[in-house]
Amino acid sequence: MAGFNKIKSTPPRWLLAELTYACPLQCPYCSNPVDYAKYQSELSTEDWKRVLTQARKMGAVQLGFSGGEPLTRKDLAELVKHAGDLGYYSNLITSGYGLTEERIVQLKDAGLDHIQISIQASTQELSDHLAGTESYQRKREVAHLIKKHGYPMVLCVVIHRENIHEMPHILEMAEELGADYLELANAQYYGWAHLNRDLLLPTKEQFEQAEQIAQAFKEKVAGKMKIYYVVPDFYEDRPKACMNGWGTTFLTIAPDGVALPCHSARDLPGLDCPNIKDYSIDEIWNESKAFNFFRGFEWMKEPCSSCDEKEKDFGGCRCQAYLLTGDMYNADPVCSKSLNHSVIQKAIDSAKVSAALSDNEKPLIFRNSKNSRDMA
Amino acid sequence: MTLNLNKPIKFSPLHRLQWEEAQQKDVILYPEGMVELNQSSAEILKCCDGTRNLDQIVSALELKFETTGLKNDITAFLEVALKNGWIQQN
Ligand code: SF4
Ligand code: SF4
Repeated sequence: MAGFNKIKSTPPRWLLAELTYACPLQCPYCSNPVDYAKYQSELSTEDWKRVLTQARKMGAVQLGFSGGEPLTRKDLAELVKHAGDLGYYSNLITSGYGLTEERIVQLKDAGLDHIQISIQASTQELSDHLAGTESYQRKREVAHLIKKHGYPMVLCVVIHRENIHEMPHILEMAEELGADYLELANAQYYGWAHLNRDLLLPTKEQFEQAEQIAQAFKEKVAGKMKIYYVVPDFYEDRPKACMNGWGTTFLTIAPDGVALPCHSARDLPGLDCPNIKDYSIDEIWNESKAFNFFRGFEWMKEPCSSCDEKEKDFGGCRCQAYLLTGDMYNADPVCSKSLNHSVIQKAIDSAKVSAALSDNEKPLIFRNSKNSRDMA
Repeated sequence: MTLNLNKPIKFSPLHRLQWEEAQQKDVILYPEGMVELNQSSAEILKCCDGTRNLDQIVSALELKFETTGLKNDITAFLEVALKNGWIQQN
């Protein structure tokens, strides 16, 4: 991996281990790549252990086991144990579906620190509809089991037009289930959510109303429950500071071993994301083309390159720039200084038009292997 | 929420306090987050073992570092720690 301009880097702190793309649910806003079905191969237990060991040595300390559904991996407890021995703080990011009490205990014994489960909505009908699978009741039971066995519980609800009106009930549900943290994640429009954006993007009024309700609740439960609120950047005029800066903090390993500076990076052209089967984590982090690609500020074009806010947001999201403007070097079009900023308003308008259509005229595209193959 | 002067203070079981070799720092780990601590904050939190109240923690630290007058700083930090859920009182 020679010949690429290296920029001094900070060590990784966060390792996201996407153990598999397999998942029993079909959420239409899933952040997995739309063409995930073509990546069939999965790393072996030994490969994962080596990745964990190497990244820990470099300084990674937060570890997320995610997917797909990480519970589909039979070696999950073994990996959790290995992570615990290395001193990671390990997070299981799961749909909760398919989590049994036996497994909760087994993972606890292996040293798992916390479990994040996601629920799609606060009512059974809508939640099951969005998951594409009957799962709501089971998830509620699992939430109780997680608390029963002494884990901190993060409840994650992805917010979009189909469930945003349920905000007050979602908050009630979180309280009732005893969540220690509630993540209200407004959908981010990559992957499947990009595909379904016309049907998922709420109106500004809906978003503002829901945010007000959530803020009031935040004050009410202060000291008992922490709220992580992820804003939908389409209604901001500055982009999010993507990944806290490219190649500064986050390292994602995809199921097939490809190392990614952000979980959508495999959709960006010409990055040649390296595979952990070919290189060590140290080589990948410090020397690979992909991880150096958007490090620092050299790569920027106007208006970012001369902008006095570039150290705050790093020009925003590369994937969003690519998806919405066709050029990954552009400013994130969410930024009001971007020359392409009008694409955001167009997306908002287009979503508004779709809101008037019936399910038959414009159905949600669910995340499953058949749709993934059709999309590829 | 304010600090109760009489009750013992304990580090929250939902958080983890750990020395990070790579950063040469103590850190607090919790779901999806990490706080880096300076040395004095870390020393205070290590005293929050669920047996000592505020005054006892102050005495222990003043003894350990052979100094006096730490009470205001320690109290201020523990108020912040309580608000952030890093410590608890039953
Ligand atoms: S112009 Fe670029 S660097 Fe400046 S605020 Fe917008 S996205 Fe950020
Ligand atoms: S590049 Fe974009 S999709 Fe990727 S993490 Fe950053 S913000 Fe997200």
